[in-house]
Amino acid sequence: MNELLEQVRQGQIRAIARLITQVENSPTAAEQAIQALYPHTGQAHVVGVTGSPGAGKSTVVNALVKTLRQQDVRVGIIAVDPTSPFTGGALLGDRVRMRDLSGDPGVYIRSMASRGSLGGLARATASVIKVLDAAGFDYVLVETVGAGQAEVDIANAAHTTIVIEAPGMGDEIQSIKAGILEIADILVVNKADRPGADRTVRSLKMMLHLGPVGGTRQSGRISSLATTSPNGAAWNIPVLETVATEEKGMGALAEMLAQHMAHLRQSGDWLKREKERSWREVEGLLQQRFMAQFQASVPLELRDGLLTAVAERKVDPYTAVHQLLEKTESKRKG
Amino acid sequence: MDQTKPRILIAKPGLDGHDRGAKVVARALRDAGMEVIYTGLRQTPEMVVEAALQEDADAIGLSILSGAHMPLVQRIVELLAANQMTDVPLFLGGIIPNEDVPVLKALGVTGIFGPGASMDDIIAFIWDAVGGAPLAGDVA
Repeated sequence: MNELLEQVRQGQIRAIARLITQVENSPTAAEQAIQALYPHTGQAHVVGVTGSPGAGKSTVVNALVKTLRQQDVRVGIIAVDPTSPFTGGALLGDRVRMRDLSGDPGVYIRSMASRGSLGGLARATASVIKVLDAAGFDYVLVETVGAGQAEVDIANAAHTTIVIEAPGMGDEIQSIKAGILEIADILVVNKADRPGADRTVRSLKMMLHLGPVGGTRQSGRISSLATTSPNGAAWNIPVLETVATEEKGMGALAEMLAQHMAHLRQSGDWLKREKERSWREVEGLLQQRFMAQFQASVPLELRDGLLTAVAERKVDPYTAVHQLLEKTESKRKG
Repeated sequence: MDQTKPRILIAKPGLDGHDRGAKVVARALRDAGMEVIYTGLRQTPEMVVEAALQEDADAIGLSILSGAHMPLVQRIVELLAANQMTDVPLFLGGIIPNEDVPVLKALGVTGIFGPGASMDDIIAFIWDAVGGAPLAGDVA
């Protein structure tokens, strides 16, 4: 493992690819790798790219990375596509739109299946981000599965979240609903050459004006960490227009990424977000660990028997949980 | 809980635009519970091998109907060797004349599936090539 980690730190593609597979497949491997690599992380600018299926996420990533590469930065891309809940298989097709990036030694693309996670990312995505961060990539772009209204995990994983919309996807009411639009640091209306693009831009801007001062992302989802920025600087969420297939608007988007990073650093939001992100991550790991402990301590037959009783309406779900927890507790004490 | 899934790269090298076969196979492998990385049309050998390297693919499937399978496969095999990836099984679909089959196998292609090949055979071949199908109940 140590040799592999050393090669990852040197940026060797084969080692990076191997380690990501291990991290994806085995929580134990992930734990070992992250324990060793964590001190070397925190350098990369992690950018989330999300939006509904077909809005143009992969195409925007392709064009944006071409633009970023003009500044001599190395870019790692994680492209998540959904796993079938029925067969466990997945068709990972984001590379199809990123063919311009092939042959560029400064770009690494990795497709990832969501493997049953529902928040738009895979369980291992946070660890894979750290692998690429430790491997020295300046930017790590994470493209989520085509997201609807509730897949907002990316906001906890990324420093900057780009939400991509396309014209003709719904009226103004869609834009004031809770969910994905709330996590945007940068809003992009892609396919801006299509009819109706002006209307989409207008309704997004209207949505931003209905919110707090000029439109700032609702930060501080954990109340104890919700502090106002020391200098009180607010980030005004921009609405950018792009035509990714023609690489239009990419310079402005790249520039906005840099501005957002500068804002995070100057305002103190950087640390705030890192704290939030860390808490979410620790919380997630705790849940997994508790669940595993629970599953190990309660015999399968007992669980099965209780579930049958619930299914037959002999025991209600709440009582079942009480009984299961009692078993876990008594096991721990005994 | 460990969760290992075969990662299969399906690529369409060469200049013909007939990607239906590649898509049908990609879909079938997905339904068999594998993770399929689909790269799309008109891939150069360099693009195929780069993708396999970055994706840590367990096997590479090529669909070639242009008649250019000999030079394409030759180049891909060379590039795989240059990247110490000779252990990655290579399989082929499309229009491959019978007389080319032994030459391709000698180059290192482990499976060749022409028109009429059964999907079950292809799936069984890949499970075998990547070290066996999961036990029943292991899928999720």
